[in-house]
Amino acid sequence: MISTVIFASLAVYSWKILGFLIPDRLIGERGRLIAERMTVSLLAALVMLQGFSTQSDLVLDARAASLVVAGALLAMRVPYIFVVLAGALVAAGARLLGL
Amino acid sequence: MSRQVISTSLSVGLATGLYGVSFGAIGSAAGLGVPAVMLLSLLMFSGASQFAFVGIVAAGGAPITAISSAWLMGVRNSFYGLRLNSIISPRGLWRMLAAHLTIDESNAVSAAQEGLRDQKLGFWLTGGAVFIFWNTATLLGALAGNLFGSVEAWGLDGAAAAAFLGLLWPRLRNNLALAGIGALVALVAIPLTPAGVPVLLAAVVALLPIGGKN
Repeated sequence: MISTVIFASLAVYSWKILGFLIPDRLIGERGRLIAERMTVSLLAALVMLQGFSTQSDLVLDARAASLVVAGALLAMRVPYIFVVLAGALVAAGARLLGL
Repeated sequence: MSRQVISTSLSVGLATGLYGVSFGAIGSAAGLGVPAVMLLSLLMFSGASQFAFVGIVAAGGAPITAISSAWLMGVRNSFYGLRLNSIISPRGLWRMLAAHLTIDESNAVSAAQEGLRDQKLGFWLTGGAVFIFWNTATLLGALAGNLFGSVEAWGLDGAAAAAFLGLLWPRLRNNLALAGIGALVALVAIPLTPAGVPVLLAAVVALLPIGGKN
C-alpha cells in the first residue's frame, strides 16, 4: 500500500510541477488571463461538487442550507473562518432537526 | 494590506484542518493504516485527489484505479501552477516546494489579493498554513477518527462547501457570469460523467469566450 501511495503522490505532483515548468514567455497575456479565469470557474464547480453531490448523484441536503447561510454571511463581510464554522454548524443543526 | 493576508491564510489553514480530521478518519476506516494515511497528506497533499484515492481503496478497487483517479483529480493543479509561476517565479528547490504547495486554497487566496507582493505572500502563507493544519488534523483523525463520530454529524461536509464558497467570493463580483456558467456545467455533468470530469469541464469553460468580465 505504501508504494501505491508513493506512486499516486508522484502522479499528482507531475501536474503540479508541470505548470511551473512551462516557460512564462510561452504563456503570454492571453494564457495568464485564462489561468485567472480557470481559478474562478474551477472554484465555482468545486462549490457545486461539495454542496450538491454524493459520488455521482445530485442531492439536496443539509449542505444546501450551509451554502445559503455562508453566502449571506459573506455578503455581510463576516470573516472567512466564521463563515466556515457556520457552514459546519448549520449542516450539523439541520441534520439534528432531521432535514 | 499584509495583515489581512496573514489572517486570511491562517483562517483558510484552520478551516482545512476541520476537514483534515475527516480525511484521517475516513482513510483509517478504509483500512489504509496510519502511516499510509499520513503519507497521503504529506506527499500527495491535495484534498480532492486524496479523497478519491481513499474512496477507491475503501471500495476494494485495484491500485492502478486508485492511482489514476487521484491523478485525474489533480489536473487542475497544473493550471494553478501556470498562474503561480508567472507571479512568484520560484527557482530551483523553491520551485519544487512551490509546486508541492500548489492547491485550490493557496492559489485562490493568492488570486484574491490586489498587489503582486500580497499575491506572493498569500500563496506561501496559505500553502504553509494548510500544510501544517491539514497534516496535524489528518494525524488526529487517523488516530482517533472513530471517537469523533461521523463527518456528517459534525457538519464537516457543510464546512467544506462553505469554505470553497468563501474562496470564490472575492472573485465573484467581477466574474459572476463565468462563475455561474462553471457552476452550471458542473451541476449538469455530476450525474452524467465519472468523478473528476465535472471539474475538468468547468476548466474548459474558462477557455471559451463566454462569461467575460462584467
